[in-house]
Amino acid sequence: MTRLVLELADVRKGYAAPDGARIEVLDVPELALAPGEQVALRGPSGTGKTTLLHVIAGIVRPDAGSVRVAGEDVARLDEAARDAWRARHVGYVFQTFNLLHGFSALENVALASMFAGPAKVGRARELLERVGLLGRLDYLPHKLSIGQQQRVAVARALVNAPQLVLADEPTGNLDRDNANAALALLRDTCRENDAALLVVSHDERVVERFERVLDLATLNRAAALGAKA
Amino acid sequence: MSARSYSLWLLARRSLRQHALSTSVTALSLALASGLVMAVLAIGAQSRTAFTIESTPFDAVLGARGSQLQLVLNSVFHLETSPGNLPWSTYEEVRARPGVRAAIPYAVGDNWRGFRVVGTDARMFDAQLLGTRTPRIARGRIFDETLREAVLGSFVAARTLARVGSAIHPSHGVDEGHEHDEDYVVVGVLAPTNTPLDRCVWIPIEGMFRMGGHVLRGGGEEYHAEHDEEIPDAVKEVSAVLLAFDSPQLGLELDREFNKNGKDATLAWPIARVMAELFDKLGWMDRVLTLVAALTMLVGAASIVASLYDAMHQRRRELAILRALGARRGQLSTVIVLEAAAIATFGALGGFAVYASILLVARDILRAETGIVLDPAAGHASLALVPLCLVALGAACGVIPAWKAYRVEVARDLGPTS
Repeated sequence: MTRLVLELADVRKGYAAPDGARIEVLDVPELALAPGEQVALRGPSGTGKTTLLHVIAGIVRPDAGSVRVAGEDVARLDEAARDAWRARHVGYVFQTFNLLHGFSALENVALASMFAGPAKVGRARELLERVGLLGRLDYLPHKLSIGQQQRVAVARALVNAPQLVLADEPTGNLDRDNANAALALLRDTCRENDAALLVVSHDERVVERFERVLDLATLNRAAALGAKA
Repeated sequence: MSARSYSLWLLARRSLRQHALSTSVTALSLALASGLVMAVLAIGAQSRTAFTIESTPFDAVLGARGSQLQLVLNSVFHLETSPGNLPWSTYEEVRARPGVRAAIPYAVGDNWRGFRVVGTDARMFDAQLLGTRTPRIARGRIFDETLREAVLGSFVAARTLARVGSAIHPSHGVDEGHEHDEDYVVVGVLAPTNTPLDRCVWIPIEGMFRMGGHVLRGGGEEYHAEHDEEIPDAVKEVSAVLLAFDSPQLGLELDREFNKNGKDATLAWPIARVMAELFDKLGWMDRVLTLVAALTMLVGAASIVASLYDAMHQRRRELAILRALGARRGQLSTVIVLEAAAIATFGALGGFAVYASILLVARDILRAETGIVLDPAAGHASLALVPLCLVALGAACGVIPAWKAYRVEVARDLGPTS
């Protein structure tokens, strides 16, 4: 039996509203990903997509349930342990890329590896070469096109050879051609690195490219009840 | 440096580069403040040492009845007017006292181009008699006590460009006055002593007695020396007698004799104590200056807090990204403290340049005014303590913005959410 990369069971997360009322954002009975699997998670804005990714990445701790990633129950780790674990095991592609402005393309990628152990400058260079940016290693983000920034973000997510890559609206800011190219790049590089990929998007053009698509409105019972994320 | 430490330093360095203007301004203000603190403390310490210990080969000064401080300032530092004269007989008496290793007569009251002319005798330059602090001839020779010859202090020679063979014309008074008729020939130039001796023109005391217009009152009546006529000792007088003792015990005896029991003369002994008392009296000025400089340093340090704290608002997203990449809260706080310490370190390094600049300017002023020379390269505890305190203070100032960095929440500060 293949060991799963991601297993969520009865995960719940809520926040206190300014008026003190409890708002349930997430209530996911189960979610699982096999190694190398690529899954799209569809859902309109406000259905808790980002919160779900934050819970999986260990950025926030769920109120209840278990979140096993690469065999580790992330929900049981304290914050510092979750940070260290995230650096080693999870790659994250943000909606707005979130590159660090004062750092070159190479440093943006290599820096992500520094929090997981010794800097992997060679691998960062290799990944940037793989995404066609060998000639742009020393460029600061604002000197790169949107498509090139996206490629740096993908390379950064993969620098620690994570078993799981999370992508939050990875094509949200791109035009159609760049979106297609970015998605293909993300999927190909994850495949080459044998990393499972979970993409959340409300863009049907993105979602329809995946064999397995989950609907967050169905998966997340809190969203189904109409709670606001 | 470990890989992790290097990554934190890389983050700090880049942030400083991104905020280069505020970093530079803050570091500059710290440099000025720390340089000022170091300069005030070092100048204070060096001046005190120079004025109390290293300024003279003599133990005491005997002069007319009056202030000991005025006596020392006039005859050792050439900064004050003479409190009056002593009869030659007093000089002879003290010279003959057992235990007095040297008694050198001093007659002042004239100047050449603003530099004081001192009438004395050749023993003033006798190293065997007075020890290692005795002024040494660098060029030429010592004056002949029977001729109109002069020896220049090194600073006088450098400033006036006078050389061996040059003729000089002393003027009356210690600052300005009419020029005397007498010509003196420079026969020697002293090696630098970095003391007030460098600012003097030395002539035989006999020449001072015979200078046109000078009146001797040692005998109670006015006496004008005539050419080719021997001056009776009874009419001679001196401004002061510089004394070196074989043992401090004699200082106690003379102190009792002149200061406590006598009425005609004042003994300033030991010279170092008289000057130390002056510095003690002026100590509050040093403390005020140090306090002002320290406050400036505190204000500079506060500007570290202000600049980093303000920058935190625009850096929250950057810090949230780093947290999302796996950086721990403590690591981000460390980066901020490193930045603060780095700014303070730049300030401390710049402080050395400010310190050196102030010392160079102060050295020239002090040398021109007193002959005492400060050494910018001389070691002083403040040169280590002030920079260390500044870096520690800077790092401490980083704690407040670091706390703000510590509190960055990825989910809240990363945005946008989908």
